[in-house]
Amino acid sequence: MSKIKAAILGSGNIGTDLMYKILKKDGNIELSLVAGIDPESEGLQRAREAKVETSHEGIKDILADPDIKIVFDATSAKAHMHTAEQLSEAGKMAIDLTPAAIGPYLVPPVNLNEHIEAENVNMVSCAGQATTPLVYAVSRVVPVHYAEMIATVASRAIGPGTRQNVDEFTRTTANSLEKVGGAKTARAIPVFNPAEPPITMANTVYTVIKEKDFDVDAIKKSINDIIYDVADYVPGYRLKSEPIIDYRDTPWGRLPVVVIMNEVEGEGDFFPQYAGNLDIMTASARKVGDLYANHFLQKKGVRQ
Amino acid sequence: MKIPRLTDTTLRDGSHAISYSYTVEQTREIVRGLDEASVPVIEVSHGAGLNGSTIQQGFSKTPEYDLIKTAVETAKQAKIASLFVPGIGTSEELKKAVDIGIQAVRVAVHCTEADVTEQYIRLAKELEIEAVGFLMMAHTQPKEVLAEQAKLMESYGADCVYIVDSAGALVPQGVRERVSALKDVLSIDVGFHAHNNLGLAIGNTVAAIESGADQVDGTVRALGAGAGNAPTEVIVATLNKMGINTGISLSHLMDLAEDVVAPIIPSPIVIDRDNLSSGYAGVYNSFLLHVRHAAEKFDLNPTEIMEELGRRQAIAGQEDWIIDVALELADKKKDMAHI
Repeated sequence: MSKIKAAILGSGNIGTDLMYKILKKDGNIELSLVAGIDPESEGLQRAREAKVETSHEGIKDILADPDIKIVFDATSAKAHMHTAEQLSEAGKMAIDLTPAAIGPYLVPPVNLNEHIEAENVNMVSCAGQATTPLVYAVSRVVPVHYAEMIATVASRAIGPGTRQNVDEFTRTTANSLEKVGGAKTARAIPVFNPAEPPITMANTVYTVIKEKDFDVDAIKKSINDIIYDVADYVPGYRLKSEPIIDYRDTPWGRLPVVVIMNEVEGEGDFFPQYAGNLDIMTASARKVGDLYANHFLQKKGVRQ
Repeated sequence: MKIPRLTDTTLRDGSHAISYSYTVEQTREIVRGLDEASVPVIEVSHGAGLNGSTIQQGFSKTPEYDLIKTAVETAKQAKIASLFVPGIGTSEELKKAVDIGIQAVRVAVHCTEADVTEQYIRLAKELEIEAVGFLMMAHTQPKEVLAEQAKLMESYGADCVYIVDSAGALVPQGVRERVSALKDVLSIDVGFHAHNNLGLAIGNTVAAIESGADQVDGTVRALGAGAGNAPTEVIVATLNKMGINTGISLSHLMDLAEDVVAPIIPSPIVIDRDNLSSGYAGVYNSFLLHVRHAAEKFDLNPTEIMEELGRRQAIAGQEDWIIDVALELADKKKDMAHI
């Protein structure tokens, strides 16, 4: 079976976990290179141990190989601002795991087909990947006037980048709940909890419904369907309990709120299992890469 | 003994207890009373800080910027401050509040997460207002951790760092240790914010001042989340008896408490079973009304919800866990009924 060659740019924690995920379940992708900047970095050492070709010259070797069609960028937003253009000129598809968001937000079970011809897609944020499908599950049944999500993650699973820019995290996630999830307006609030042993990522989604009549069972079914879709590529993605309808005082009157409680346990590939927030980023990126690779293979098939 | 600076947070912490229902008129009257009594700092914002009007916390009945604007316009001598919780508020809300005229911001995080405050403490200093670091749920960490976290806030430019007993779970010994530890390592002010779940709000405030605290918080008539805070008027009376003259008028405060604030309070702020179990389990005080709501909805005793929240080490901002816990407890009961 032919495969599409892909590379990971960035040999930090995210890049390393992504590498293990692709090696474990490569599907339509052949991981041909992991590129970093420090030959002694743990990520590049691990890549060499896993018999994956490595480079410590950043993007250079990726650009030099015309066979690499898909590049996962796990560096930083600032770095991606530069590399996005280089990758585009080289005709490579970029899957951006940084907050740069040059390309459209991509949340696999929601909007993949809309952007199947995109040359750069963004993986939003961990909380965005986890909760956008849940908001979408409600909004495809009944209009969501306002969505709010609270993401509780273990303090240890939050890196310095997010800590120094919580603004960016909240903005990006709320944007995704609106643009991709379909909420009219949205808020996103992170909570970093230092409990020991570390807690597993837990998300609560509130969606405010203004409609007088709506089908509660249809909403619950839609939520269950989307959980099933996400769990296909993030096995530890599940509901903590059945969604409930709670009436709350809102600026729009006393209205029904669908409360969805979700938990994301990681696969423990490189990150500890409680770090479902990091795991869902890499698992989603792998899934997106695989779907694009499949799309490329089909296009090739048509041409042949 | 040094004279501590008093911050009154009736119009912020108190909003938890009245479900974020402050009106412009109430805000004007309370600010006028505090200002005339010479209280130096008055905190005004949603209970959960700027932009806290959410499903998770409860929506404000009146937009908080209207209340802040009223406070800024009413105060003649007092500084108006707001609370700010990273993630609930963003830089945008902080800038807007500064535009309206707040002169101090208290940046609040769980007491192990000080590095999250850097962006906002630096912004506050750029905007040329006072920046206070607020280490919430301070009972959960030993003094060494708190001192380390406070040092971080100092390095970002904070003018003061508070030990915040959000759960009202500290006893005087714990307050002394923590305040002293911060005094030892910081060159900036140290503050203390009390809750009264164990009946120690005034005692702990005195312990903090005796350990060198430069700033303390109160709320008129104890109007704050859960079991309430150290009553501002009682702090002043106590300090007077200790020979510490804050220059604040006790008679003005007593009138304000009796005539303006008491009529606003929907149910007496006392150490009932819910508040004692909350403090004893080390649960954040602003959870109280949410816990009562969930207990009623799922036919549970608030105490069992409080205890489980304590076991799970819930922190500020985790009101959603209340439903999660209530659902689990209700399910367990159902299962038991089937056996």
